[in-house]
Amino acid sequence: MIRYERSKGLTDVHTHYCPGCTHGMLHKLVAEVLDELGILDNTVGIASVGCSVFSYEYFNTDFQQAPHGRACAVATGIKRVLPDRIVFTYQGDGDLGSIGIAEAIHAANRGENITVILANNATYGMTGGQMAPTTLIGQVSTTSQQGRDRIQHGAPLRISEIFGQIEAAAYVERVSMHDVGNIRKAKKAIKKAFTYQMEGRGFTLIEVISTCPVNWGMKPRQALDWAKENMIPIYPLGVYKDVTPHD
Amino acid sequence: MSKVLMKGNEAIALAAVNAGLDAFFGYPITPQNEVPEYLSKYLQEKGKVFVQAESEVAAINMVYGAAGAGARVMTSSSSVGIALKQEGISYIAGAELPCVIVSVMRAGPGLGGIQPSQADYFQATRGGGNGDYRVVVFAPESIQETVDLIKEAFEVADYYRNPVMVLADGLIGQMMETVDLDKPVKKRHIEPKTYATTGTKYHEGRNVITSLGLDPIYLEKHNIDLKNKYNEIIKHETAFEMINMDHAEYVIVAFGTSARISRSAIETLKEKGINVGMIRPISLWPFPRKAFDLIPKSVKGLMVVEMNMGQMLDDVLISNKGRHKVAFYGRAGGMVPEPEEIVDAILNFDSKVVES
Repeated sequence: MIRYERSKGLTDVHTHYCPGCTHGMLHKLVAEVLDELGILDNTVGIASVGCSVFSYEYFNTDFQQAPHGRACAVATGIKRVLPDRIVFTYQGDGDLGSIGIAEAIHAANRGENITVILANNATYGMTGGQMAPTTLIGQVSTTSQQGRDRIQHGAPLRISEIFGQIEAAAYVERVSMHDVGNIRKAKKAIKKAFTYQMEGRGFTLIEVISTCPVNWGMKPRQALDWAKENMIPIYPLGVYKDVTPHD
Repeated sequence: MSKVLMKGNEAIALAAVNAGLDAFFGYPITPQNEVPEYLSKYLQEKGKVFVQAESEVAAINMVYGAAGAGARVMTSSSSVGIALKQEGISYIAGAELPCVIVSVMRAGPGLGGIQPSQADYFQATRGGGNGDYRVVVFAPESIQETVDLIKEAFEVADYYRNPVMVLADGLIGQMMETVDLDKPVKKRHIEPKTYATTGTKYHEGRNVITSLGLDPIYLEKHNIDLKNKYNEIIKHETAFEMINMDHAEYVIVAFGTSARISRSAIETLKEKGINVGMIRPISLWPFPRKAFDLIPKSVKGLMVVEMNMGQMLDDVLISNKGRHKVAFYGRAGGMVPEPEEIVDAILNFDSKVVES
């Protein structure tokens, strides 16, 4: 009896992600949800720029690769001409929170019926660990080598809080990948977001607290603990917007 | 259908609708605002897509998404806004997707002014996006030609899977003329869009649209494939008009509004006993280099007339290959030349020479 199978939502290739990185697990959750909802063959994904640029190699759906930060605009273009398809973006915190904040906010504000999966690992992973808008105060990065300083660099950007107050957004939740219980909650949130999209409720965003062991200079387990102890207090988990809170 | 009196920008919008436009994405900027304003009404009435984006950057990326999903799609803007679109245009060219971009030029640089100008010849034909790519650029001189070229642009874009720009200026956008919206356009055999990201249940395999190529062997091949395509475009889509070349003493080279004004100057010069011909590039890229091989040796010189400080001039110098004297007359900043100024420029040709 097969107890565990690779999700049909994933292609049969090895990912380029570093050991201990939570992108692989997050891919799996999204893939499983698309499969379980029976929408794999009706879905178009949008890859962003950053570590997730190659996500189009891993998800077993049609995909477009967007310019840096523009995933939500590309998603808007696809969804508007194919409104009966499921459209999702897979972005990082540098891509969405910095260079693409305008595209993301206005997609939400137009109530675009798309789903955004946002992996927040508080750094620019692909380019080698530079400071992101989400980098914590005191966190060392290659462009904040004495640690992020509030006066010089500003403070961590709380993306779910920003999107939670957008009237046209349907569902915004922050979840985390730091332990099994939270991974299960993350999958539930992702499923809810895609279900909302299938029901035509509008813009959904799931922010996923993730790890970047290599750029954080930590072992995988240590990175998960660091995320729990340092990121969660700054980025509290929970639902920031839900058009039907009784669910 | 009989002719109707229309403003240039409105004619652009209706021509696009008639050409089967599925979706328009744009952002307000003078002097092209009537294009999105009209489309917001007409596309909605037809159940098609109109989105006013939050920026030109977003608009061109919506175009990228919709073109990738298989739609017939357009955006329009002006100078400063086209500058912002260059990132997306590079991606669309790299991913080989079709779209039409309308640019209604205003004067620059920077925020510049809103009066008519041809200051974006370089921007259109060279582009500001990264990488080794080309955009087909058509430059109309009347509203009728604008309408015809909009329809042509969609055909060329789909046929070659390449962005096509229709480069007008504030004068063409804002003036009114009679126009026949139903003039037929040359139809090309366009393959079904099997590349479109429509979901795997609608096609064989998995469709992925990307311009990423980390493997230099792959990416060089992609660059070569693109160049081969561009060569086909040069061969088949180069368009120009040559007028009054028999016994011409001088030849004016001008596009768009400058060409139109030059026509009046040519008539005046004829009355003065000076015969002047004209080469009017209709495609700015590909630039009609071959037209310059057809200029009689007896011609005393070429006069390039532009509403800028000399941009197409570079292409004329390349195409002339040192055969004739080349002179230049230009107005800029939103100033439109009077026919008399062009007459004077021809009468004082030697004082305007930039290469002899």
